[in-house]
Formats: sequence, C-alpha cells, structure tokens
Amino acid sequence: MENVSSATLHGSGHAAHHGDYLEDPKGLRSWLTTVDHKRIGIMYMWSVIFFMVVGGLLALLLRLELLTPKQTLITAEMYNRVFTLHGAVMVFLVIIPGIPAALGNFALPLLLGAKDVAFPRLNLFSYYLYVTGALMALCTLLLGGVDTGWTFYTPYSTTTGGGVTLMVLAAFVLGFSSIFTGVNFIATVHTLRAPGMGWFEMPLFCWSMYATALIQILATPVLGITLLLLVMERVMGVGIFDPQLGGDPVLFQHFFWFYSHPAVYIMILPAMAVISEVIPTFSKKTIFGYKAIAFSSIAIALLGFLVWAHHMFTAGMSLFAGAIFSFLTFFIAIPSAIKVFNWIATMWRGSISLRAPMIYAISFLLMFTIGGLTGLFLASLATDVHLHDTYFVVAHFHYVMAGSNLVALLAGIHYWWPKMFGRMYNDKLASVGAALVFLGFNATFLPQFVMGSRGMPRRYYNYLPEFQGLHIASTIGSWILASGLFLGLAVLIASLMKPKEQLARNPWGGRTLEWETASPPTTHNFDEPIALRHGPYDYRPVEEIEASEGVTR
Amino acid sequence: MNWFRDYLLGPQSATHATEVDSLFMFIVYLTIFFFFFNGALIFYAARRWRRKSDREITPHITHNTKLELLWSLIPAVVVFVVFFWGFKGYVSAFIPPNEALEIVVTGKKWVWQFEYPDGTRSLNDLHVPLNRDVKLVMHSEDVIHSFFVPRFRLKRDVIPGRYTELWFRATQPGVQQVFCAEYCGKGHSDMLARIFVDTPEQYETFLREGDEQTRTMPLGELGRLVYENKGCATCHSLDGTRGQGPSFKGIWGHPADGSDGKNYVVDANYIRQSILYPQAVVVKGFEPIMPTFQGLLREREILGVIEYIKSLQ
Repeated sequence: MENVSSATLHGSGHAAHHGDYLEDPKGLRSWLTTVDHKRIGIMYMWSVIFFMVVGGLLALLLRLELLTPKQTLITAEMYNRVFTLHGAVMVFLVIIPGIPAALGNFALPLLLGAKDVAFPRLNLFSYYLYVTGALMALCTLLLGGVDTGWTFYTPYSTTTGGGVTLMVLAAFVLGFSSIFTGVNFIATVHTLRAPGMGWFEMPLFCWSMYATALIQILATPVLGITLLLLVMERVMGVGIFDPQLGGDPVLFQHFFWFYSHPAVYIMILPAMAVISEVIPTFSKKTIFGYKAIAFSSIAIALLGFLVWAHHMFTAGMSLFAGAIFSFLTFFIAIPSAIKVFNWIATMWRGSISLRAPMIYAISFLLMFTIGGLTGLFLASLATDVHLHDTYFVVAHFHYVMAGSNLVALLAGIHYWWPKMFGRMYNDKLASVGAALVFLGFNATFLPQFVMGSRGMPRRYYNYLPEFQGLHIASTIGSWILASGLFLGLAVLIASLMKPKEQLARNPWGGRTLEWETASPPTTHNFDEPIALRHGPYDYRPVEEIEASEGVTR
Repeated sequence: MNWFRDYLLGPQSATHATEVDSLFMFIVYLTIFFFFFNGALIFYAARRWRRKSDREITPHITHNTKLELLWSLIPAVVVFVVFFWGFKGYVSAFIPPNEALEIVVTGKKWVWQFEYPDGTRSLNDLHVPLNRDVKLVMHSEDVIHSFFVPRFRLKRDVIPGRYTELWFRATQPGVQQVFCAEYCGKGHSDMLARIFVDTPEQYETFLREGDEQTRTMPLGELGRLVYENKGCATCHSLDGTRGQGPSFKGIWGHPADGSDGKNYVVDANYIRQSILYPQAVVVKGFEPIMPTFQGLLREREILGVIEYIKSLQ
C-alpha cells in the first residue's frame, strides 16, 4: 500500500521506464503473486470466461432436455442438479464478479488516473477467494451434486441430500471475494482520483462501480449470515428455518432476498457502467445528463435495498406488506428509464460508429428495455400472482442478467480489449458475433415469455405437450446464441495469436484517461503525471474547451 | 384483439381472471409501445448520424432539464397507474368472501390432497361447484409447494407449519389444470392436479358417490382406502392386536359377545349397524366410544368396508 501511494504522489523516478504490464515482470509466478490491478483483472476475466463457457454448456444441456415433454437425455434428478449448477455458476462465478472484478479491476484505476486500487494485496486475496469458492462449488459434483436451485429455499435445502452444505459455503466464500472488491473500489474512488478530478469529473463508470460497491459491502454480509444459519441447521440441527425444528421457512426467503435482490443491482449497475462509457465514445459526443445518470446509479443502489419482498408476493405475506413492496419496486423503474433515455439522447446528433462494442451496447439498450418493461408485470401485484415462478420470470431475469449484464460485459471486453492486450481483433467477425448473440438471445427467451404467461411453471423437467412448440423455438435460439458467443470468443483469441503490433493509444477516440496511456499500459499505468485537460466525455476541439470557462485546469 | 390475449394467456375461467388480464394486456401494449419507440429512436440515430469521417464534430449538449423532467415524469405516472391497478386486483384476490365453500388442501411430495366440508377426500382431483365462491385453506406436510391454476390466474404458496388461503369463483364448466409452482424436488413437474368445475348436480353426486375413481374401484380396494383414510385404523388393527376397539382380523362370520349379554354374528348387517349406530351393540370388554359415521361414508364405501373385513381372514 505505502509504496503504491508514494508512487502515485511522486511518480518516482524508477517507475519511468517500465515495460508493458503483460510482460514486466515475466513468468507464471509473477502473475500468480501480482498485486497489479490490471493483471488481477485479466485473471478474473479469463476465469469468468471459463465459467461462462461451463455455465453455457450446462444451459445448452438443459435446453436440449426440454426439446421433448418427457425424458430426452437425462433423468429428472440430473436435470435438477444441472439447473442448480447452471444458476449457481452463472450468478456467483460469472455475473456478480464479471464486470466489477474483471473489467472494474482493469479499468477503474485507469479511468481515475490512479496507479492501482487502494488495497492491491486485498485485491489479490479477493481473487484467490474467488478461485477457492469456485473450486468448492465444483467439488459439490463429487458429493452427488446439489438439487436445490441456486436460491436454496428451505426446508427443501435443509432436508435434501448431496453437497448442499459445500455449495452454500462456496457461496459464502465467494461473497467475501465480492465484499473485498467492493471495499477496494470504494476506497479507490475516494482516495485515488487523479489530482484535480472532482466527483463530477469522474467517468460514469466509476459512479456506477461505486454504487455497486456500496451494495456489495452492505448486502453481501447478510447473505453470508443467512448461508451460515442454513449450514447450522443442516449440520447441527439448529431450528431456524425448518418448521419441524420450530423454524420459519419464509424467514429464509426474506433473508435470502434481502441480499439477492440488491444483488440484481450488483449485476445491472456495472452493466450500466460499461454502457455509459461505450455509447459516448462511439457516438463521439458528450454524455447527455451526466448528473442524472450518476444520481440514478446511487438511487438504484439505495432503492435496491427496499424491494426484496417482491419475490414473495405469493408466499403468504400480508396485504399491506405486499402493497408497500410493490410500490417501492415501481420506484426503481424510474431511474432505470431515465438512464435509457439519457443514453439514447447521447446518440442523438452524434457521430455514430457501429463497431463491435457499439453493436453490443445497442443490443443492451434494446434488451434492457424489454427486461425493464417486463419487470412491470412482476412488480404489479395482480399480474405477479399469475406469473410468479413461471417461465415469464425466467425470461425476464435472463433479459436483465444475460441480455443486459452479459451483453454489457461483452461490450466492455471488446471495448477495452485493445487496451488490455495491445491487439485489435477482427471487427467484422466480432460484429457478426454480436448480431448472432442478439438474434439468438431473443429467439431463446421471447418464446419463454409466452410459455410463462400461458402457465408453464419454471424448473419443470416434464411439461404438458401444449408447450412443446415454444420449447423447440427456445432450444433452437439457444444454439444461435451459443454460436454467436463462441464466434466472439474465437475472434478474441485469434487476435492474441497475431504478432504484437504497435497499436495506437486511443483506437476508438475515447476521452477518458485510460486512452492517454500506452496500449497495453505500462506496469504503473501512466508514465507522466496526469494532467486533466478536459472532462471525461468532452469531444469539443481543444480551443473551444480552453475558451469555455468551466474548464481551467 | 381477443385472439392476442387468448394466445398469450389462455382462456379465462374464473372471475378474477378478467381483471388480471386487462392489466396484463395494458402492460403488454405499454411494453410494445416503449420497445418500438426506443428501438425506432436508436435505429434512426444510428442511420441518420452514422459516422462518415473521423473529423466530424458533434454538438456539445450536456443536458436539457425540461426534457429530462419530462422523461422522468412520464414513466412515474405510468408506473403509478400500473401499481394501483395491480394493487386493486390483488386485494380482491386476497380477501375471500364470507360464505365461501371451504376446502382443505394438503400438499406433500408429490401429491395434492383435498378435503371437503363433509369429510369427503380426494387425491389430485379437486371438485368444485360452478359459479360459487370456493376458499382453499392450504398447508404442506414437507417442503414448500405452490398451488397454481393458470386459467384462474391464481397462485399461492403452500407452506409447512402455517396455513395459506386462496379463493376463486370458477366461471367455466370443465377441467382446469393445476401445477405445483414452487420447486420441490424430483417429482416437482409431475405434481399436477385437476380441478373439475361441476354443475351443482354433478357436485352433489360427487359428494354422495365419490368421483369417477371411487365409483369404479373394486369394493375391497375402496374398503381398504376407507379403512386407512377415515380413521378406522386408529382403533381397529388388522393383525389381531387389541386397540381401542376389536381388531378386524378374522372376525367375519364369527360370533361376537355383546356387552348386553347377547351373542351376535359378524355379518354384513352387523358391520353396517356398527358403522352407522356404533352404540347399538358394543363388544364385551370395550368402551362405547366409537363415533357414528352417518353422513361421512357413502353407501358404496360401507359396502367396501364390509368387503374389506370379509377379506381379512
């Protein structure tokens, strides 16, 4: 910590001639013991991509099983284990760490003009906790798997066999990994902004990451406690949730969603963070309504804590509680809508370049619109009673968690790829991949809305034949989606096979600080002291900026 | 546009469905409108202002307070309309009318059991009268289940250790599908039930004579079900053990000593009398504690019990 901050302060002499961070120092050991935020970000990114492939293959298997109303490939027990693992892997190992830990670690200090995060060693520790948690989650397979669903509802989860305890402890460990990332980002944003960078001169990515970090450190401990209580009940027979031991099963749902609903915003705020960077760059235009976007991130983070029980409208809650939670849930729709309109307004009269990151960003805008609007059906009490626990919910949260979050992750990876590796990928093929992801995603999940509103419950291994047509459409969609994702991955990996070129510092023409350093950056990020010459999204010509009074740095 | 509604939701079969569906369709049109509105703006912008040269200069527009207020207020108004509409529908679905017919529902892995006010029970087939308010009082014997009737647009979790309620008034005669909507393990997707919406006459027949299954089941088997489900087993054993009452084992055709000093033979009439008027003859050495089963057993079920006892040699 000390040497990092002193390096920040003095830009001390020896730092001036560092090589690029990927190769200085060399060797596997230097990577595994690195405290460089960029290297940790890259290690997180490859881990997340690996688990995305694992979770995706599990999803393909589920969709394949659902081709026919009865058994197609696997047994019911197997099916239940596969959907649990798919959910747990995607939520805890891909989506929650995805943007914050991979892209956030890489980009946040660069965007702030810092040399690293505030606590570099804690950062590395968080990565090893992630790896430990991931290995624990995979080890449950050796114990016969877990068939509770990723939500671990009691008393099912306290009475069923298999590796539930290990899986729950894995989620507990992963929770701490997430908390440490959050602590790091909050401290980094508070203390390591470049000299002269006020809060409202930060890129919006940092605002969103800050809001995410607030949720991570405030909500995740509740999940940790809840999961420990669950383990106590399973292992020691302490009656907390199981009515046979004098517990209350619905209490678990309150505890669980008190974390897991805010966790939805741990998933969507980072997506919004990436989009707020990509859209101005590829529109070559200043962001519209900076403060509205920044404050709505904070509003979403705070309101996110007050809506958890909207997952429980059919669980026998009082009428009054239902009304309050529904009302508060609708509040969240407003800052989300504001952001979408702001992004569209940013594109308006811009100079729009449709490169792969922008195509992902536009996909995000469209799919987040669907994901957000279909949330209205579920926030509204009367319609939620019908739609709860059906495929409508499955489709809705996939639009938010995959259609929005994963697509934003892909946008971000494509956006910062040249900065990360100093190599440009084949943009045409990457764009084809992006288009396939968009088509495939909608083909997979649009039919699920209809299935759900017609009454198809979720987590069903067998289903009534009347739903088969829609299931077939959805399964074919999953193949298109998979081909798009694998094409995207192949294009990225192919770019790494190419010999290293002398890539421009700023291939997209962005205005934030990461584009002012080399691609890839040197180990200490910036070789010269940072001088802020313009705001993060200021695309005016230099003379004009200097002439305008607000910017006199 | 009724075809569109029917495609998305399926037919409406209870009073509650009409209100849910109007709100559902309102949000559907809202979603379609805003999706195409946003989509059109995005595609217009991407075409109209597609970058032609890297030197293009864009206007520096940082914000527009009026516009931003407008697009904050419009969603606010829309969501509050949807909130109140949804709340209204929830209230009417939440509070059951006073005179509703009460049926007890028990969920357990992986069957639904129904018990009617007169003590009749049925498994996985629920019979309800058409156009009458019905209230289900539900609980679970193991994990959480959820009673979901898509055509009624209703669902409520079925929880161990507490009662939850669900009420409806079926408006269409015929059969309705019931699903378990809360994941409950291996048999979750097979935990299905059917609701038979009967005319008043059909419903009376059901209570009197049972459903299709009880009407056609072999008598002996029906007798065994009655023995297990209606409480006989509590006092009368099958293996000769003495309980609160005499065991059923091997009594058929044998004499029984009455506490009045007379001798009786266990035959069909004796058994029938013991079920309907249990105090008429009490076997010596036992307390006169058996309750009457008048009105609780159907004629065919009494015949079933006789047949069953006959088989227990």
